[in-house]
Amino acid sequence: MTAAGIGSGGPAGARAPVSSAKLMSMSDAVSRYVHDGDVVVIEGFTHLICFAAAHEIIRQRRRDLTLCRLTPDLIYDQMIAAGCAKKLIFSWAGNPGVGSLFALRRAVEKGIPHKLEIEEYSHYGLMARFAAGAAKLPFWPLRNYRGSDLPDVNRQIRTVICPYTGEELATVPAINPDVAIIHAQRADAGGDAQIWGLYGVQKEAAFAAKRVILVVEEIVSEAIIRADPNRTLIPGIIVDAVVHEPWGAHPSYAQGYYDRDNDFYVAWENISKEEAGLQAWLDEFVFGVADRNEYLLKLGPAVRERLNAEDQVCEGVNYGF
Amino acid sequence: MAVRAAKELRDGDVVFVGIGLPNLACNLARATHAPNLVLIYESGAVGAVPDRLPVSIGDPALVTGSLSVASMADIFMLYLQGGRIQVGFLGGAQVDRYGNINSTVIGKYDAPKVRLPGSGGACEIAVHAERVIVAAALSARSFPAEVDFITSPGHAGKHGTRKELHQPGGGPMRIVTDVGILAPSPQDGELELVGIYPKVEVEDVKAKVGWPLRVRATLEQIPPPTDDELHLLRDVLDPDKLYL
Repeated sequence: MTAAGIGSGGPAGARAPVSSAKLMSMSDAVSRYVHDGDVVVIEGFTHLICFAAAHEIIRQRRRDLTLCRLTPDLIYDQMIAAGCAKKLIFSWAGNPGVGSLFALRRAVEKGIPHKLEIEEYSHYGLMARFAAGAAKLPFWPLRNYRGSDLPDVNRQIRTVICPYTGEELATVPAINPDVAIIHAQRADAGGDAQIWGLYGVQKEAAFAAKRVILVVEEIVSEAIIRADPNRTLIPGIIVDAVVHEPWGAHPSYAQGYYDRDNDFYVAWENISKEEAGLQAWLDEFVFGVADRNEYLLKLGPAVRERLNAEDQVCEGVNYGF
Repeated sequence: MAVRAAKELRDGDVVFVGIGLPNLACNLARATHAPNLVLIYESGAVGAVPDRLPVSIGDPALVTGSLSVASMADIFMLYLQGGRIQVGFLGGAQVDRYGNINSTVIGKYDAPKVRLPGSGGACEIAVHAERVIVAAALSARSFPAEVDFITSPGHAGKHGTRKELHQPGGGPMRIVTDVGILAPSPQDGELELVGIYPKVEVEDVKAKVGWPLRVRATLEQIPPPTDDELHLLRDVLDPDKLYL
């Protein structure tokens, strides 16, 4: 392919090149697209959790957010401790493979730093809320929750009678978050994003949201995206901002780039167990740095050396016709 | 427990795996009597062959070399609700006499004594899997007559029986504990003692559950783990002693 072909997206050159107008810093993306009182979803199931965005939201002191995620993970534990959250919508709230989320528990059990409202589903239920939101349907039916106490404590879980079979099915309402923040391995400047490895509910969450901030390990040319379109999970047409933030998912991981920092997930247990310890950590690693770059410098090269992914490259496929 | 739980898995079963002991049991079964076990993780990995012990349900090692990576929408709608899962593995803070499982809250929901992680995929696994295996250490605190909160439905409870609720899956068929095995009575679904480990007395097991435990007429005598099984668990599957 010629240089002109790459820029224009094809040999015919009929399509305007992808604009770089969406490219911006994390600081600009958060100040422009995340507002006080928003419903915010930062998705990624263990994989590709955008801690860089969460830290910037904490630094910009956003308040009264409704935080929505299947697994609040360390990322929302940190945001709750920093006082960003008014409400949490979730389906599994633990430190994966380790234990408890102590900031979340302090907020729920003792109202520290303030009372946190919770709305709780199972994974299937919350995933279905995103699916309904993405498809612009009012609700999603599922065969679930029979015999469980969950509908007793969450009145949003209701039932409907199937008009064809008469079966009673559970329903969950659509959710359309104000903003979704999705971390991907790579995208072009227009936000056409490719994700491989676990991709959880990112597609449904992004399509459900009113605004999408896309954060990537690498910005690549449009030609690279077009060479392997089956791998594109999030199309640029739904993306508002593209942020280039290598290692932006640490301490979670990016398949093919870096491994999960399990040592940090284990260490979080002690860091977060007492309120003071957690605040000291926030002071040092979030408020004490200006941006992700400073965070990485503070983390030091040894951590990145330890987590760098080994290569395991797949064979490509033939897209010819 | 891991060894006995592994024996519940049949070659060719499609298993919805959790992290920790279930993962160990599944990988032990795969390395011994069930080489064709298909491991599915709720994170999306299908046919996973992790070459290190996964420390989380979304470990990257579950993806590398797997048969397929599915979205979670596909996992819950097509695989689980679609009836493709034979075995679901569950744990929980409390299990009651009808096999209802609580992983949500100890105490009252609005004023919890201990807030637990919640359902995750457990509720739908309990509804849909053909059979559910529960692995948990037995104690009166963890096995009350009635759980504080039903996260995942068992065989009967305040909302009705599985039959009345038209549950598609079979519910908890085996509760593998550290002293013996409980299984639902065919009559009313109440858990009863069906198997016991060496050197364990029935009376000791009875003291560790919060209801008058019925004992099946013929009790399975569970053999101790073989040297091979112990070697696999300790030296191959969990050499860093993450779970053992």
